[in-house]
Amino acid sequence: MNLLTHAETVALALSFKVSLVGVVCSLPVAMACAWLLARTRWLAKPFFEGLLLLPLILPPVVTGYVLLMVFGHHGTIGRLLDAAGLSIAFRWTGAALAAAVMAFPLLVVALRNAFESVDRKLENAAATLGAGPWRIFFGITLPLSVRGLVAGLALAFARAFGEFGATITFVSSIPGQTRTLPIALYELISTPGGENGALRLTLVAVVVALLAGSIAALMLLRGAVHPGGEA
Amino acid sequence: MIEIELALQRGEFALELTLASPARALALFGHSGCGKTTTLLAIAGLLHPQRGRIALDGHVLHDTRAGIDLPPSQRRLGVVFQDARLFPHRSVRDNLRYGMPRRGPTGAFDDVVQLLALSALLKRKPAQLSGGQARRVAIGRALLRQPRALLLDEPLANLHREARAEVLEHLGRLKREFALTTILVSHQFDEVAALADSVARIEDGRLAALEDIGAFRTSGSAPVPPRALLRPLPTR
Repeated sequence: MNLLTHAETVALALSFKVSLVGVVCSLPVAMACAWLLARTRWLAKPFFEGLLLLPLILPPVVTGYVLLMVFGHHGTIGRLLDAAGLSIAFRWTGAALAAAVMAFPLLVVALRNAFESVDRKLENAAATLGAGPWRIFFGITLPLSVRGLVAGLALAFARAFGEFGATITFVSSIPGQTRTLPIALYELISTPGGENGALRLTLVAVVVALLAGSIAALMLLRGAVHPGGEA
Repeated sequence: MIEIELALQRGEFALELTLASPARALALFGHSGCGKTTTLLAIAGLLHPQRGRIALDGHVLHDTRAGIDLPPSQRRLGVVFQDARLFPHRSVRDNLRYGMPRRGPTGAFDDVVQLLALSALLKRKPAQLSGGQARRVAIGRALLRQPRALLLDEPLANLHREARAEVLEHLGRLKREFALTTILVSHQFDEVAALADSVARIEDGRLAALEDIGAFRTSGSAPVPPRALLRPLPTR
């Protein structure tokens, strides 16, 4: 006996794909931003930080509309992507971009906290042993931030998985392409007789969120905190 | 030849130090807060003087006037920090290997492991080491960097008596068997007397005296206490 209908399974699988691709692709950029915030001081840093947090603060529909204006068929970057045959508007890749943008602040905040908790004296010790910035980052900072990284990935994945407003604004609801679990759930709620399907998808969403939240909590609870350094 | 000329301001503390010593092993000796460790960190490149010049055996590490300021990774110094600073996620073996040059002499690893009696510890994580063992690993890691000089920051601090004797013995062997320029920061007379050839007494961020080890041994053990402690108590 199938627990979910075919359409629900398709929406669930699409949500997993979109969230996973979105989070994995945004990880390198999030790492770079988090490192800049944790390890550098500059005048415009608070403004940069505010900019990174915008997707968390803005109404999702605004973020989706901005994405549509930039990456849509008539957008500045969208036209270039269309010309190169890499159009993302109204495709699953667009849904992944929307999910990545919405989950990005959570990933950056978690990584920033993780990087800040790494004892800078260890990084200094590595420098005296001949390590350059890249080797220090990948050999010392990142391995010692692994709990924060996993927590950030789990939270970002859950946020991407639950993404609705920006996605429906940017890429609409196309079955198999952009109709993710939350969009399918919304449509089931709006459809007479869709209550059972809505309940099933609600349960799935709650289980995924609970799992991700538990992983994040486990990682953050057991994470070691180190004091700052001399330099 | 150790040449140090430093002007460095850290908060309210001002370090103004000029010294040149031909000694192979120089100790920076003085009470806590006099600027010994600040000097060592500046030599290591972890603190940046406002002006000055640091050269070891002719290699200029920092020269404000000439615009030279080598990053710590290019100074080729073996720094042994007071708190060992072993990488907690790496085994002792991986800690030791971290700073090894790719084209270092073959057998160096085994030699250092043998010299510091580390073979039984290689698979352990730093959290599984005693204070003395961690200090020995830190010394080994610094040596395997193939440094042009060894910088030791209070290498016996916070160790119990047996561990102090154990680390001191290894450092003594090191001094006898390696012809390595060494700068030792310490406020312990026995440590300095055992390991240094020459002693720079530092007071309040300035050089108070530069004496050879013979003069140091006869001139008494105690570093000069902070001036604040020498002030008479206010009378009512």
